[in-house]
Amino acid sequence: MTSPVTNVPLLEARSVYKHFPVRRGLLQRVVAKVRAVDGVDLEILPLETFGLVGESGCGKSTLGRTLVRLLEPTSGEIRFQGEAITRLQGRETKRIRRDMQFIFQDSATSLNPRKTIGEIVAEGLLIHNIGTARERHSRALEIMNRVGLGPALADRYPQECSGGQRQRVGIARALVLEPKLVIADEPVSSLDVSIQSQVLNLLVDLRQRFGLTYLFIAHNLAVVTYIADRVAVMYLGKVVELATSEDLLLNPLHPYTVSLLSAIPDVMAARRRKRVILAGEIPSPMSPPSGCHFRTRCPIAQPICAEVEPTLVSGGRGHSVACHFPGTFSG
Amino acid sequence: MMSQRSDFDSELLRIEHLTVSFATSGGRRLVAIDDIELTLSRGSILGLVGESGCGKSVTARSILQLVKPPGRIGAASRIWLDGRDLTRLSPDELRRVRGPIAGMIFQEPSTAINPMYTVGNQISETIRAHERVSGRVARTRALELMSLVRIPAPNRRYDDFPHQMSGGMRQRVMIAIAIACHPKLLIADEPTTALDVTIQAQILELLTNLRSQLGMAILIITHDLGIVAGMADRVAIMYAGRIVEQGRTEEVLQDPKHPYTQGLLKSVPVLGMDRGARLPSIPGTVPNLIDLPPGCRFAPRCASAFEKCRIEEPRLIQLSDRGAACWLCELPTRPGTAVLG
Repeated sequence: MTSPVTNVPLLEARSVYKHFPVRRGLLQRVVAKVRAVDGVDLEILPLETFGLVGESGCGKSTLGRTLVRLLEPTSGEIRFQGEAITRLQGRETKRIRRDMQFIFQDSATSLNPRKTIGEIVAEGLLIHNIGTARERHSRALEIMNRVGLGPALADRYPQECSGGQRQRVGIARALVLEPKLVIADEPVSSLDVSIQSQVLNLLVDLRQRFGLTYLFIAHNLAVVTYIADRVAVMYLGKVVELATSEDLLLNPLHPYTVSLLSAIPDVMAARRRKRVILAGEIPSPMSPPSGCHFRTRCPIAQPICAEVEPTLVSGGRGHSVACHFPGTFSG
Repeated sequence: MMSQRSDFDSELLRIEHLTVSFATSGGRRLVAIDDIELTLSRGSILGLVGESGCGKSVTARSILQLVKPPGRIGAASRIWLDGRDLTRLSPDELRRVRGPIAGMIFQEPSTAINPMYTVGNQISETIRAHERVSGRVARTRALELMSLVRIPAPNRRYDDFPHQMSGGMRQRVMIAIAIACHPKLLIADEPTTALDVTIQAQILELLTNLRSQLGMAILIITHDLGIVAGMADRVAIMYAGRIVEQGRTEEVLQDPKHPYTQGLLKSVPVLGMDRGARLPSIPGTVPNLIDLPPGCRFAPRCASAFEKCRIEEPRLIQLSDRGAACWLCELPTRPGTAVLG
């Protein structure tokens, strides 16, 4: 294992594809493929918060799950701390999983209703055979305390908790193994706004206290750019723009990012520029358009966009965009 | 409220003393909405905002008397819609009101659209349920409605079943059904919560356009203050079964008087905010409606709460055409303040 040096990525993805077969008929023949993740390259640096944003069906959750091998990639290479993890098996997979933990969106369905909160939080320790039962219990109480859950909750069941408490249980469960990378898939989108900000603040505190790296997946660009250092915008299985949060907000280059920014309902709406309202809907990932996937909804599409697929090109300062006419559409 | 009397002609909806309670398994009654008042002028848009469990959806449902047992609308409640008190109508009379006077759309189109019938069929059946027209006329009207809500190629989509359409298209079908009889009021309960942000923008633009094209008033129920900012003329904020603040949208958003409204506005991440700063948040959680705190319901979470707040509950204190249910607003020097009961 290499020693952690900054700028050596913690997680690295090269040409990652994840296609789901669509089977039909008596013989369950593969009649089509859902191209959920369609060739993604990215690097997540140690201690950074990397945001992944896009609308439903863009492949962001599939990508998150594929990166930690909750799903097997169709092809491509994934490296964690420099080690290729795509072909690891059995015990090896379990070893790296200890360092990559997941926080799910829906805490109501991702927590076992027949286990107490204490058992749920300590379960990772049990799976990895760490400590005695008593040590595991006290470790669970300690981490629960860190996320703002009192010891009295340890004997309660998930269905007795509020949504905000359940999300904290999900966070405690992920952190009990002291992972290096935490993948949070829409961790606040099922929460009310007053609870949402409590949980976002908690995630920021924990990042500093435990030296965590986050992959933060969400559909809300305002939330993602608030918490993430760098953000990748996905559309139909591909990353269309990648930049620091500041650059993305001040100088969005892809017409999709511009429209996404403009579509967010904002309490300061009165002060904002004219809205861009995209026509049409997201095409099916079973049959994405030729050329640029976004061209069917793009306000500035040209003939070339239907013929040649734009690749993700760096425009300097770590700002990359996949568009034939980057920066020419401003709403 | 005296000042609003002069606007009586333009008033479409007036809710008075609306209380809705639910019987619980423990034999107690949970008061989901506690004595609220609301008015809506013709052709205007009112946003009713709050977090889950605050009573906003129950309010929407009780307008059209859609509250089902164990829910019960209080005896003193009055819902005046276009000059008629809906709480006094028979089920038959109510059915006649629901098409031409008020239509309703929900967050999840599948709750209002039947999966067994084509979408075109459902729109034309709605027209025929309220008007004596031939099948051919109803079909023509349904096609017109489909193009009004911008469903592309209505002729082709008329015979589609709901599952053949995307979420955004199904939401358009539901809007077409709701406005089929040209209602004076459209009640929209979280109409875009299940949709993606670019599709949400399309639906909100459609609703705003329909208001101007059809001169229809809209009551939009949402948890998102951003949606209200973009389209509503007036806004009412609900917390734990009460309206805590209301007024013209710009005034409430720019100068919120109630600490809850202030907290809500501050705790939403907005584009381009300072990333170094912590998000201001409202501590604690919404109170249990069975076990409400004494005094102001927001006091246990309020940073500005003082003695009086924990003893006596503030009612909506009127400040010209806006109001806030907060003792902080009751400045003794302010002339003409009135406490509404």
